[in-house]
Amino acid sequence: MKLGFLVDLALCMGCKGCEVSCKVENEVPISMWRLRVKYVDVGTFPETKRTFTPLRCNHCENAPCERICPVSALHYLENGIVNVDRERCIGCAGCVMACPYGAIYIDPETNTADKCTYCAHRVAGGMMPACVVACPVEANIFGDLDDPTSNISKYIMQHQGNVKVRKPEKNTHPKHFYTGGGEVNLNPLASKREDGYNLFNNITHLKHVGGH
Amino acid sequence: MVEHATVATDAVVTLDVALPGIVWGWMITLNMWAKSIGTGVVLIGVYLLKKYGDRAATVKTLMPVISFIFLNIFLLFTLLDLHQPFRMWHIFFYPHWTSAITVGAWLATIFTGIIFVMAAGKILKRIDEEQYNKLMWAAFVFAIPVTLYTATIMGESAARELWQTPTELIQMALAAFIGGSATYLLLGIGDQNIKRDLAIVLGVSATLSFIVYMGEYYFGAMKAEEVAATIAFVKEGGSYHTMFWLGQSMGYIIPVILVIFGLRNKSNSMLALASILALAGLWIAKHVWLVIPQLLNLS
Repeated sequence: MKLGFLVDLALCMGCKGCEVSCKVENEVPISMWRLRVKYVDVGTFPETKRTFTPLRCNHCENAPCERICPVSALHYLENGIVNVDRERCIGCAGCVMACPYGAIYIDPETNTADKCTYCAHRVAGGMMPACVVACPVEANIFGDLDDPTSNISKYIMQHQGNVKVRKPEKNTHPKHFYTGGGEVNLNPLASKREDGYNLFNNITHLKHVGGH
Repeated sequence: MVEHATVATDAVVTLDVALPGIVWGWMITLNMWAKSIGTGVVLIGVYLLKKYGDRAATVKTLMPVISFIFLNIFLLFTLLDLHQPFRMWHIFFYPHWTSAITVGAWLATIFTGIIFVMAAGKILKRIDEEQYNKLMWAAFVFAIPVTLYTATIMGESAARELWQTPTELIQMALAAFIGGSATYLLLGIGDQNIKRDLAIVLGVSATLSFIVYMGEYYFGAMKAEEVAATIAFVKEGGSYHTMFWLGQSMGYIIPVILVIFGLRNKSNSMLALASILALAGLWIAKHVWLVIPQLLNLS
């Protein structure tokens, strides 16, 4: 079994239901996110469009975070999920430096690394991840990539040529896919990030990370 | 490169979370800087002892003592930088050998142990020549991977395209040569021939290190758009432009000039000044290189 995610960006409407449900399910502290939805505005008025991109851990098959973790706090589960053992983590932040997707943070309450685990605790109980359940348009598709009859496998087959991953050049082999998106959605260098031009200002940088 | 398309798309992030900021900061810089001195004095010290024998006799005691002090600074700040420092023992009881952090921690611990025995043995006069020589060669062998392993941690940091293992390996080795030679020059070790050798090591290492930085500065952007975006922080108008050039000037350019004039005029004070500047500049240069990839938004 190899669990994977696919987000159909053509369906996503940026409601942030996934983001909120993730926060609640996993008790993610204030100012930290396991999953977030990024808004990018494209074009010049009146020819403008707003794009929405949910971003979470990619559960890479060749995960740099797992490789660099000195104590195996980040480890693979048999179903392909890259899980975190908070009791083992020493908080060196090597994983934060290694993850090309910025998906890992140091939890300021536990002083350990944390990230999306595809809701491994729910999956173990036969349930879907919280974000999948919360999505009103079923833009989040979750399932077994090894099973050709799973929804995600069928979706990937149906959208061949339009299925993308973030930063494929990093050789991480992500198990998180996107359809209906382009560079603006998936490449952080494809959009500007200007102070004062956000819907909410003063969110550009966190001053403190973790326990320092 | 994709960022050039932003002119056409005018794509602007309008809602997102805060970026994490700098995760590995001055403590990690201090870690690398202190380690450069801690291993550098061993690498250079062994060279002096083999070439000059009794003429460099003071090195026999100074080498392990200085190394021990700086290795402890390095280990202390490595520990302090952990968000869970009391779990450091996990590295030894749950080691994950694909991680350069694990391998480095083990090597550095063994190396520090050898250096401790050498320093204690010399100070307490409980070590004979034969035992010292055996430990010295063991320390020399361990000093090499302990110098270099940080480069592989940086290489394993897949998110930071600027740090490439081969380049960083060279920079770590050169930093150790600079740290070791500058420390001995500051302490005024040996006669004029020894000082000449140390000054040449300092000058050549600083020159090579500067060349590698300039290679990245002017040609790094050709490799990847992430490198280009990172290097922009030290280019003109970048937030670390001044600090970068301060580090390059203090750490490499001015020391090389001072070494040339110091050698020509046989001026120990010029060589001492070159050493102080090189050590201070090394910290600044390493800090800038550590921080700038962390300013880049990853997602």
